[in-house]
Amino acid sequence: MPPTEANAPQQDERVPVMQRILDNPFLLLFLGVTLPTVLYLIWGVMEVASVPLAK
Amino acid sequence: MAVTPPDKRIWWNEPIERVELVWIVIAFLWGLFMFFFMIAWHFIGQQNLSSEAYRIAPSAFEEKVDAFAKKHQVREEKGIPVAKPPAGSDVYILGRLWQWWPILELEKGQSYRIHLSSIDWQHGFSLQPTNINIQVHPGYEHVISLTPTQSGEFGIICNEFCGIGHHTMIGKIYVTEPKKAEAGQRLADGGKQ
Amino acid sequence: MTAETVIGAVGAKAEFRTCQYTGLKVDAAAQKLIIANAVAAVVFLLLGGVMGLLVALTRWPAVHLLPADWFYLVLTGHGANVLLFWIIFFEMAILYFASAVLLNSRLAAPKLAWLGFLLMIAGAVMGNVAVLQGESSVMFTSYPPMMARPHFYLSIILFAVGALIGCGIFFATLVIAKEERTYEGSIPLVTFGALTAAIIAVFTIASGAVILIPTMLWSMGLISDIDPLLYKVVWWGMGHSSQQINVSAHVSIWYLTAALLIGAKPLSEKVSRTAFLMYILFLQLASAHHLLAEPGLDASWKIVNTSYMMYLAVMGSMVHGLTVPGAIEAAQRRNGFNRGMFEWLRKAPWGHPAFSAMFLSLVFFGFIGGISGVVLGTEQLNVLMHNTIYVPGHFHGTVVAGTTLAFMGATYLVLPLIFQREILWPKLAKMQPYLFGIGAAGISLFMMGAGTLGVARRHWDITFSDANLSFAHSAGAFLMMGLNGIFAIIAAVGGAIYVVVVVGTVLFGEKIKGGHKLTFPLHAGGGAVASHYGSEKTPKLPGTIILVTIFFVCFVLYYFINWKYLSELWLFR
Repeated sequence: MPPTEANAPQQDERVPVMQRILDNPFLLLFLGVTLPTVLYLIWGVMEVASVPLAK
Repeated sequence: MAVTPPDKRIWWNEPIERVELVWIVIAFLWGLFMFFFMIAWHFIGQQNLSSEAYRIAPSAFEEKVDAFAKKHQVREEKGIPVAKPPAGSDVYILGRLWQWWPILELEKGQSYRIHLSSIDWQHGFSLQPTNINIQVHPGYEHVISLTPTQSGEFGIICNEFCGIGHHTMIGKIYVTEPKKAEAGQRLADGGKQ
Repeated sequence: MTAETVIGAVGAKAEFRTCQYTGLKVDAAAQKLIIANAVAAVVFLLLGGVMGLLVALTRWPAVHLLPADWFYLVLTGHGANVLLFWIIFFEMAILYFASAVLLNSRLAAPKLAWLGFLLMIAGAVMGNVAVLQGESSVMFTSYPPMMARPHFYLSIILFAVGALIGCGIFFATLVIAKEERTYEGSIPLVTFGALTAAIIAVFTIASGAVILIPTMLWSMGLISDIDPLLYKVVWWGMGHSSQQINVSAHVSIWYLTAALLIGAKPLSEKVSRTAFLMYILFLQLASAHHLLAEPGLDASWKIVNTSYMMYLAVMGSMVHGLTVPGAIEAAQRRNGFNRGMFEWLRKAPWGHPAFSAMFLSLVFFGFIGGISGVVLGTEQLNVLMHNTIYVPGHFHGTVVAGTTLAFMGATYLVLPLIFQREILWPKLAKMQPYLFGIGAAGISLFMMGAGTLGVARRHWDITFSDANLSFAHSAGAFLMMGLNGIFAIIAAVGGAIYVVVVVGTVLFGEKIKGGHKLTFPLHAGGGAVASHYGSEKTPKLPGTIILVTIFFVCFVLYYFINWKYLSELWLFR
C-alpha cells in the first residue's frame, strides 16, 4: 500500500478524517466496489433466487 | 484551479459558501421527499407493480393458458380465441413469437388477476394507448391485479426486441362498459335458450 | 513495498516535455497512449455514428430506410460502437491524462498499457465483425434466451479486460506519483473525478465478467441455461454502471474546461469532492433502473437501489450542477465581467468550441438527461415508460448531449495540448458543438415525446403493417419520430464536422512550436498552474442562483406531472 504518511508526517497528524478518506484511493476503491456489490448485486441475486415455484 | 492540487494542504476545514450550503440542503431534502414518496405511493397510490411471481416451466404455463382460453372463449378473431373471464378471476396472457395470446374481453371497473409469462424469449407487455409497460420473462409467471378504468379497444404491442417479427407482435384487450356487458350477457344467455 | 515492486515496472526512465501553455510535465509514453486511445475513439465514433443515423432514418416513418434484419443488425452495432467503444477509448485517454499529465508524473508500466489498448482494439474489431456477420443481432443488451455467436460475447470480454488494465495503470500511476512526490498534498479535483470514474469502472467490468463469461459458455453449448432474470440483474451492473463512468468522466471534463479556459477554481474543494464521493458510493445502485418493470423483485430492493440510496448520488449531481457554473461565474466576475446578473455568461468564450461544448453539455445533461433519468428511475413512474423510446430519449440526453458533447469539447483542448497541432478550420470547429448539441438535444426530446405516446424502442415498424392484428399509434407519435429523424441529421452533420476537423488536424494541422499563439486560447491563468489554488473567497453568484432555481422548478414540475399521468392509468397492484 502507498505510505500515506510519507507527506510531512507531522502535518498529517492534523488532517481531518474525511480528508484522509478522500485522499486514499484504495479505500475509496474498496468502498465503491463493496457497497454496490452488497446492496445491488448480492441482494438482487437473492431476490431472484427466492422466487417460489408455481403451484 | 481544478487541474492542480489544492494549495492549502488541509482543505477539509475550509468554510462552505452559503450558496452551496443552501443548495445542498435543498437537494438533500428533495431527495428525501422523492425517496419517501415512492414508499408512500404503495399506501396511497393505485398503481404499484405487484411483486407476486413464480418460477414455472414454459410448457406448464402454456397448458394453463390453453385451459383458460378453452374455458372462457366467446368467439374467435383472426384465428385467435377471445376469452371473456368472469370478474375477479384468474386471467392468463402468453407472449410468444410473435403474438400475445389469447385476446381478452374485460369489464370496466372490475379487477382481474392477470398471469403474464413468455414461452420463448423475453417480451415487453406494452398496453396502448394507456401506456402500461411490463417486462415479460420466460420461466417467470408474473401475477398482477389489474382493473381497467377505461372502456374501448386496446392494443398490446411488444416493446422488448424479440427477433425479426418483433414488430408484428400485437395483442388485444377489449374493455366493455359494465351495463352493456350485462346486456350482452343477457343476450348471449337468451340466444342459448 | 515500493511502487516499483508493486507494479513490476523499471525505474523512472521516462522522457518528459514541458507544456508551454500549462507548465505541466508531459510523459512521452503517456502522450502516445493518449493519442492512440483518442484516435481509436474517434474511429469508432464515426462507425457508430453512421450506424446511428441509419437507425434514425429507419425509424422515421416517412423514410423507413433499412429492411428489418439490417435495422436490428445496425442497431446492435450502433450501441456497441458508441456506447462502449467510442466512450471507453476516450475515457482511457482521460485516465492517462488525469493521472500522468496532471500529476506531472511518468505513467506506470506503459507496455502493459499498450497491451490493454491492443486487447481493446481486438475486442472492438471482433465485436464489429460478429455483428456484421449477422448472427448476433441481439442488441447491445444481449438478453438471453436470445443467443448470439460466442465471439460476440468474447469480443466484449476482451474489450473489458483491456479497459480493466487501463484502470490498473491509472491506479498504479497514482501510487508512483505519490511515491515520487511529483505533486504536493491531495490530487487535483479533475484527477479525483477521474478516480471516481476508474472506481466505477472496476465494479462495471467485474459485473460484466461475472455474467458474460458464463453467457459465452452457454452460447458455446457448455452451459445449458442462463436464467434471464438473473442475467438482467448482473448485466445491468455493467450496462448501467458503464454510463456512470461517463457521468464521472464528463463532470471532470467540465471542471477541466472551466479551469483551462476561464481560470475557474472550484468554489469549495470539500463540497465538490464529497459530491464525487456520493458517486463512488451510490451511483452504481442505479443499475436497478432497468429492473423496475420485472417480475419477482421486491419493492424494497427496487426502492433502495433505484433511488441511489435516498437520492444521495442525485444530490451529488445537483451539487456539481451548481459548483461548475458557480465556479465559472466567480472566475468571470474576477476577470472583470461583473455587470448585472448575466454579463459573465454573455461574455463567456462562446466562440471557443471547448467552452460551448462544455456549457451545452452541462445544460443538456442537467435539464434533459438528469431530470428524465430521475423520473424514469422512480419505482412506480417507470411503468409509464419502460422499454418505450422514452428510454433511448433519456440516455441520448445523458450520453450524447452530455458525455459525447463534453468529450468533443475536450478534444479541442487535447489537439493543441497533447497532439500539439493547431486546429484546422477553426470556423467549422466553432459551430460544431452547436450543431451537434442542438441535434442531440432534439433527438432526446423527440424520442422522449414519442415514448410518452407509447412508441416502443428497438422497433422496426410502428405502423405494424404486416401484423395479424392491428394497432394504430396517434398522429403525434408519427410526428415525433419524424422530428427525431430531422434532428438526427443535424446531429450527424455536427458529428461529421467533428470527425473531419479532428482527422484533418491530426494529419495536416500546423505543428505547434515554442511561442506559438493558439487560435483558441487558454486562459492566461492557465500558465500559472502551480501558483494559486484554494477555496473561492466570498463569491457573489446571482446568475448561478437563478440558473439552478430554474432547473429546480423544472425538475419538481416534471416530476409531479408524471405522477399525475400515473394516477390516471388503469389500477394495478
